[in-house]
Amino acid sequence: MHSLTMDLWIPNGQAGVMSLLRTLLLDVVPTIQQTAALALGRLANYNDDLAEAVVKCDILPQLVYSLAEQNRFYKKAAAFVLRAVGKHSPQLAQAIVDCGALDTLVICLEDFDPGVKEAAAWALRYIARHNAELSQAVVDAGAVPLLVLCIQEPEIALKRIAASALSDIAKHSPELAQTVVDAGAVAHLAQMILNPDAKLKHQILSALSQVSKHSVDLAEMVVEAEIFPVVLTCLKDKDEYVKKNASTLIREIAKHTPELSQLVVNAGGVAAVIDCIGSCKGNTRLPGIMMLGYVAAHSENLAMAVIISKGVPQLSVCLSEEPEDHIKAAAAWALGQIGRHTPEHARAVAVTNTLPVLLSLYMSTESSEDLQVKSKKAIKNILQKCTYLPALEPFLYDAPPNILKHVVGQFSKVLPHDSKARRLFVTSGGLKKVQEIKAEPGSLLQEYINSINSCYPEEIVRYYSPGYSDTLLQRVDSYQPLNN
Amino acid sequence: MATLARLQARSSTVGNQYYFRNSVVDPFRKKENDAAVKIQSWFRGCQVRSYIRHLNRIVTIIQKWWRSFLGRKQYQLTVQVAYYTMMMNLYNAMAVRIQRRWRGYRVRKYLFNYYYLKEYLKVVSETNDAIRKALEEFAEMKEREEKKANLEREEKKRDYQARKMHYLLSTKQIPGIYNSPFRKEPDPWELQLQKAKPLTHRRPKVKQKDSTSLTDWLACTSTRSFPRSEILPPINRKQCQGWAQWLTPVIPALWEAKADRSQGQEIKTILDNMGPFRDITEVLEQRYRPLEPTLRVAEPIDELKLAREELRREEWLQNVNDNMFLPFSSYHKNEKYIPSMHLSSKYGPVSYKEQFRSENPKKWICDKDFQTVLPSFELFSKYGKLYSKAGQIV
Repeated sequence: MHSLTMDLWIPNGQAGVMSLLRTLLLDVVPTIQQTAALALGRLANYNDDLAEAVVKCDILPQLVYSLAEQNRFYKKAAAFVLRAVGKHSPQLAQAIVDCGALDTLVICLEDFDPGVKEAAAWALRYIARHNAELSQAVVDAGAVPLLVLCIQEPEIALKRIAASALSDIAKHSPELAQTVVDAGAVAHLAQMILNPDAKLKHQILSALSQVSKHSVDLAEMVVEAEIFPVVLTCLKDKDEYVKKNASTLIREIAKHTPELSQLVVNAGGVAAVIDCIGSCKGNTRLPGIMMLGYVAAHSENLAMAVIISKGVPQLSVCLSEEPEDHIKAAAAWALGQIGRHTPEHARAVAVTNTLPVLLSLYMSTESSEDLQVKSKKAIKNILQKCTYLPALEPFLYDAPPNILKHVVGQFSKVLPHDSKARRLFVTSGGLKKVQEIKAEPGSLLQEYINSINSCYPEEIVRYYSPGYSDTLLQRVDSYQPLNN
Repeated sequence: MATLARLQARSSTVGNQYYFRNSVVDPFRKKENDAAVKIQSWFRGCQVRSYIRHLNRIVTIIQKWWRSFLGRKQYQLTVQVAYYTMMMNLYNAMAVRIQRRWRGYRVRKYLFNYYYLKEYLKVVSETNDAIRKALEEFAEMKEREEKKANLEREEKKRDYQARKMHYLLSTKQIPGIYNSPFRKEPDPWELQLQKAKPLTHRRPKVKQKDSTSLTDWLACTSTRSFPRSEILPPINRKQCQGWAQWLTPVIPALWEAKADRSQGQEIKTILDNMGPFRDITEVLEQRYRPLEPTLRVAEPIDELKLAREELRREEWLQNVNDNMFLPFSSYHKNEKYIPSMHLSSKYGPVSYKEQFRSENPKKWICDKDFQTVLPSFELFSKYGKLYSKAGQIV
């Protein structure tokens, strides 16, 4: 059959295959009908032009009409054709909806044979996947309660498809997600998280995360179904997609309100996510990183909880070793959210030596604009609270002027009160560097420099000011020794 | 007469004098009149003025009193308002003082309670450690299970291989390939082969069909037409050992062999030694192999009709009355009305209320009502009040 499709990949007008298959669909012998439907399905599956040809030749009404009458093999083949046509684009899916296929597909969902149910659910999933109107049409045809019933069936493949269909319906808008929840899907989905099949877990977690992402009420309802701490075991699964979807689910729950984040933290979710980040690579890490950022953004206690769960070293590892820019940007954002609350938090971030990395990302020309913006914001947020001077010193040397201003400002806040820090500042060459900074008189930078200079006796300031050795030599030149 | 003469003489002058006096008085009269008028007007003016003044004074007094009354009322109002404002300010100030103390206390104790925060963070880190340990154990357990499953699969594979290759086993005459005489000890495969039982031909998987048509047609070829022994045939068709066991009593020689030694490959060697005939069980299986139609043939063509019939039959089971419902009374004209059992008994209906104990004290055996020993079930009193409001339709 596949070789057949390759040979016939010529414009439909010339081949006339569609009209031939269409007449074969009306044949008396049931096997011929089924095989013709299968052929149409495989053709439509291969290419979207062929799928359009299937639609244009008016095959769909015939399929839909006979879908209601025939035996289960024909139903499976016809549902396969509908699925293959509907998956390519929203216009083709709309064509399927327009010829009234949704009602017959929903009737197929009530069939006894699990294969028929699976094929019908798959077709509905591909139709609902494209946009919100098509999902609404699928919901209006009454598919959702039947899909919830399908989830409870014993066959694993059927469960998978039904879960993925619910996920694709719920992802578009809060009303659709509410419809899915009203049909009682959440409890069944939550029960099935413990199922050992990896693909099924992947779909279930995706469905739950699509439901909970829209609003606080929906997220609370998902949490009430008692997914914690079971969902944390999914973070240790061998399959990458299961880990990714589990961290996506936790992220969607934690991002809404501080109370939900608190709940996640109390259940030990932060530690599990941090371990998961450590064991993954690439895009699978991204939801986990964002989750840490959301949790830390809500309040400083939660940020402190992230810090004591050893989140900051992990994030800085992600920042340095990931090749992709968007993951780096997410890590930079998360670090900024952690460090922006109080000097304690900023110190915890600065101690891990991430600030130079952030600075280099901001300055490098290869970083994308998004990465540059996010790292700049993160640096600014952390710097405004950072009182850990050893981490700030490298900034004096290679920071651009707009960041230098903040750095010098921080020094001017800390130095007047700490004598040990003053001594360290001088011995490490920081005072010398500050003298070399050129600032317009009257600007904020000049004020900061003045306040730093006022912490030291005048001789030292003059000693470190640039060109002091020249002035000294000039004095030597102009000095008249006393004639004895 | 003299007077008359005098009067007459004086008459002209009297007249003149009369006229003269009148005319002289006239201006005086006018003057005096004017003067009198003046005096009178002035005096009346004084009178009126003094009256007006008097009125003024009185009016002033009245107005004074009235205005002072109004003013006092207004003053009372103002005083009340000012008092009220002052008291409210005082209360506010006091309340602020109380609130300040309380809020400071609350924030220090609960919100920014440093020790509480430390405790909380300690608890969080402990939970984290516990979760990490639990997850690691879980991961280890999964790995162990997987390893065990792998090992078992390997075992099974090796066992299957050994069973397929068992003919390479060494006999007394000929050493097998794994038991070369030049080796010190036999290869482990040799031991495996010794342990394995030989495979017989696998029976293809047969789908269990419950439609009556096919088996009716095949009744003559069912295995029941074989001579039977006391043991019933095994349930699973696939178990070749069992079938061999069930079929062998037909051949007495095998019976004896079975009594002495173990089954399996010994039976096979005996059968091999019996001559150029094939194994009887295989022959019988081949000859009387039951029909295994393809999936397509197994579906009857009119399956849909049959399914519909069955559905109709099931629905018919649920019907109370088989007669179709005929709406109009004209259809029922000739039918005699058969009253239901409840209406056609000779006993009348019992009053609903009399049947309850609580309404009918005459039914009680002793004169006291039941007392509740166990408390009532409180679960449902909380129904609907414990759940969160999330997700309810507004």
